Amino acid sequence: MPDSGISILFTGSNFWRLLQGLWVTIQISLISVGLSFVFGTLFGLLMTVKNRVVKAFCWLYLNFIRIMPQLVLLFLVYFGVTRQWRINLSAWTSAILVFTLWGTAEMGDLVRGALTSIPVHQYESAAALGMDRKQTFRYVILPQTIRRLIAPSINLITRMIKTTSLVEIIGMVEVLKTGQQIIDANRMKFPTGALWVYGAVFLLYFLVCWPISSLARKLEEKRR
Amino acid sequence: MSNEIQLSVKDLVKSYEGTSEVLNGVSLDVHKGEVVVILGPSGCGKSTLLRCMNGLEAYQGGSITLNGELVTKDGKNMTALRQKIGMVFQSYDLFPHLTIEENVTLAPIRVQKRSKEEASKEARELLERVGLLDKKDVYPRQLSGGQKQRVAIVRALAMHPEVMLFDEVTAALDPEMVREVLDVMLGLAEQGMTMVIVTHEMNFARAAADRVVFIDQGTIVEEASPDEFFDHPKTDRAARFLKTFTFESKRTKG
Repeated sequence: MPDSGISILFTGSNFWRLLQGLWVTIQISLISVGLSFVFGTLFGLLMTVKNRVVKAFCWLYLNFIRIMPQLVLLFLVYFGVTRQWRINLSAWTSAILVFTLWGTAEMGDLVRGALTSIPVHQYESAAALGMDRKQTFRYVILPQTIRRLIAPSINLITRMIKTTSLVEIIGMVEVLKTGQQIIDANRMKFPTGALWVYGAVFLLYFLVCWPISSLARKLEEKRR
Repeated sequence: MSNEIQLSVKDLVKSYEGTSEVLNGVSLDVHKGEVVVILGPSGCGKSTLLRCMNGLEAYQGGSITLNGELVTKDGKNMTALRQKIGMVFQSYDLFPHLTIEENVTLAPIRVQKRSKEEASKEARELLERVGLLDKKDVYPRQLSGGQKQRVAIVRALAMHPEVMLFDEVTAALDPEMVREVLDVMLGLAEQGMTMVIVTHEMNFARAAADRVVFIDQGTIVEEASPDEFFDHPKTDRAARFLKTFTFESKRTKG
């Protein structure tokens, strides 16, 4: 069967190209996730500050990012901002910027939630033992916060990885776009290739996300 | 018990914003080695008084001193002062991410900078004394309420406090676990620890107290030896309070 759909994957360098696309996906995800975790932690801490102005700013930022579809944010940064201020942002930089802005908001809210979920009694019993604020935070609050953050933050990582498929609209060729290109280029030769290529893309996403979520599950179990 | 005053509360006034006063001029001296039990109806301010004594609550008037040093919520030196005032809470509040032994040694190691070996050794001795040495490597969630509360007492003792404050430590426990906690406290009292105890356990109050202080609506209504207080309360308010703990057989059975 010369035109069996599956051989589309092994014709020429098609599979290699898919892997290269996957690499782009992974790079954008990893960098944005890393930056989001750093800035998100800071943003989360900022959200627990009692100052009204700080609170208002955090609320505005969080809700602006949440309400905007990531697609719109990508357009806004890649086409809007660059035009308005005549700065040249590559698709790559725009993608990292948008996903970091988004990840920071989401991660910040997770950090805030984890921090405020620690009962006030924990602070009080630490204080009653003579711990100062720094010691209380480092030895009592922080370890418990991190434990509470494991599951939701890993969930956020997989969400971010999956959402990077949107960057094709600003011209980036990641794994999904590569798949579409392969399908288009081989439309005559392999009319049923789409199923196989998308199947392969599905499998690649699965191979990246599954180990991450099973790691989360393991860490969660260890916590119990 | 000596005549030396260890903890002194003078004309303490405490109110929360926008509400009436919770404590309305409370004065109380606790002598070294004395066990003072504070009784009173819910919301009378007795827990608030205890929390002020450890600087967990700010107060608006009067003063609290430990060996002459001022105790206030944001006062300087409070971390040093709090090490001398151990406190045990109703909800135990062990640190869930640490084992029992780590719960006990955390503050001695991090706050008092004692060596890990020495702190561990003492933690084990203290745990042994309350019958929980075999639990030293488990986590708080694996213990019963009574066991957790005994650990909480040990955790406070490991800091070598001069005074121990107990805030309704048996109120959240199942009845059959109350005894094991009270026994530990009686043992401490016998060793001469200065203690201020807020409780609803009347029999325990009678057995452990050197002095009973009865508070209602933010003021001390009556102060007496336990026998005097329970058998011949001087004030009508205290008599009515004590009456709520006895059941009169009004039912005719048969």
